Amino acid sequence: MTLLHSLIALLVFPGVLYALPMGWLMLGTERKTRARLQGRIGPPLTQPFWDLVKLLAKSPAARTVSDAPLLTSLPLLAAASMLGVLAMLPVFGGDRGFAGDLILVIGLLEMPPLCLVLAGYASRSIYGEVGATREAVLMIASNVPFLAAVVAMATAADSFRVATIAAATPWVVRVPALLTVVLCLPVKLRLNPFSLANAEQELLAGPLTEFDGPRLGLWELAHSLEWVGLTGFVAVLAWPSPSHAAAVNGIAFVTISLLLVIFVTVIASATARIKIKQATRLLGTWVTALAGIALVAAILARKGGL
Amino acid sequence: MSQVERGIMLRLVERARRRSAWLFHLNAGSCNGCDIELVACLTPRYDVEQVGIKLEGSPRHADVLCVTGPITRTTREALETIYAQVPDPKVVVAIGSCGATCNVFAGSPVIEGPLDHIVPVDVYVPGCPPRPHSIIDGIARAIGLLAERREAGAEVNR
Repeated sequence: MTLLHSLIALLVFPGVLYALPMGWLMLGTERKTRARLQGRIGPPLTQPFWDLVKLLAKSPAARTVSDAPLLTSLPLLAAASMLGVLAMLPVFGGDRGFAGDLILVIGLLEMPPLCLVLAGYASRSIYGEVGATREAVLMIASNVPFLAAVVAMATAADSFRVATIAAATPWVVRVPALLTVVLCLPVKLRLNPFSLANAEQELLAGPLTEFDGPRLGLWELAHSLEWVGLTGFVAVLAWPSPSHAAAVNGIAFVTISLLLVIFVTVIASATARIKIKQATRLLGTWVTALAGIALVAAILARKGGL
Repeated sequence: MSQVERGIMLRLVERARRRSAWLFHLNAGSCNGCDIELVACLTPRYDVEQVGIKLEGSPRHADVLCVTGPITRTTREALETIYAQVPDPKVVVAIGSCGATCNVFAGSPVIEGPLDHIVPVDVYVPGCPPRPHSIIDGIARAIGLLAERREAGAEVNR
């Protein structure tokens, strides 16, 4: 049964069958919402799907310097790790095998940015290198508060199981911790005001400047899965699942994910890109302070003080 | 793949190409007039993103190469490099009169244009500068040509 459950989680929900259309819907929602907020009509919600089909059907131009297997395997690795995250999210509560292991989920969540940094350097483009450097700096800057917040929740719940954390964390810890994680989402999704790595029109396309055709399509796919995986991770942590029926849990997971998409899009539309120094300072002071509050609350809660 | 499946795939790809054309804008010695008009197409008034058109920063991401200007001596090499970097199938749109005829710069020793002496041009959008309407019309015609190039790389390059 465990194998069957794991296969369903990987291939159906919240895996491939759910994540692919949902990823396109999320990217489409992001573009549509941003267009509406700018007073435009914007592309249809199905736009990311057509973009992907078009990219997969293009034939890459010849290149003088390239490491084709590496450049192809990096986006595949990024997409595969996000599918791994999704397969391990305990949407319906319960613990099976290593499904829902916090450390594994966090580790896999960090794979796509790492792949992107490697891709930026491997493509041997000056724009790619600048983008990759920025991505690496932001990754470190955002992971300090992100990991502190997650550790706070794990401390308060006294567990490294995502399902247990979602069920047992007291709200006094959960609110500041989740707020920190949500503030780190625009960094991890490379959205304004933290769109430094892929800074369009400034760095051409950042780490992806030299990627074309099917490989770029794979990156788009990995990016859409990143949206589903990251919002899904927050949704699972925000929703104490075991106390409800399976259908309620599923609907709550999807609803919270979509609300998060709209929230980060509104932030992205309302802000302009900031400098890398400002971004690291913002993450290093205010967002880390918020994570610190969560940590203190977690330690107090554990001692029975709250 | 059977003939029917192949037909379905080709129709899907053709439809995707009609719905998602990404532009790369190259200024080859333009006076900036056409560039402003091209960027105006992305604003709320014209909003070409409704039909999936967007401006990309890298030529490797593009389907449509939009060239403005009469091609000065210093931009010729960049133009050739960038044309080679756009993956097939691709179309080239010459925006403004400069790309078509070199306009008032014709005869200058530093001008290497018009554009079709250097790369094959699919659509000309005349005007100095052309209005956003005519630029959108030209790009729409270019997208039609792009979708009809069924086999990637099958077109004959002049």
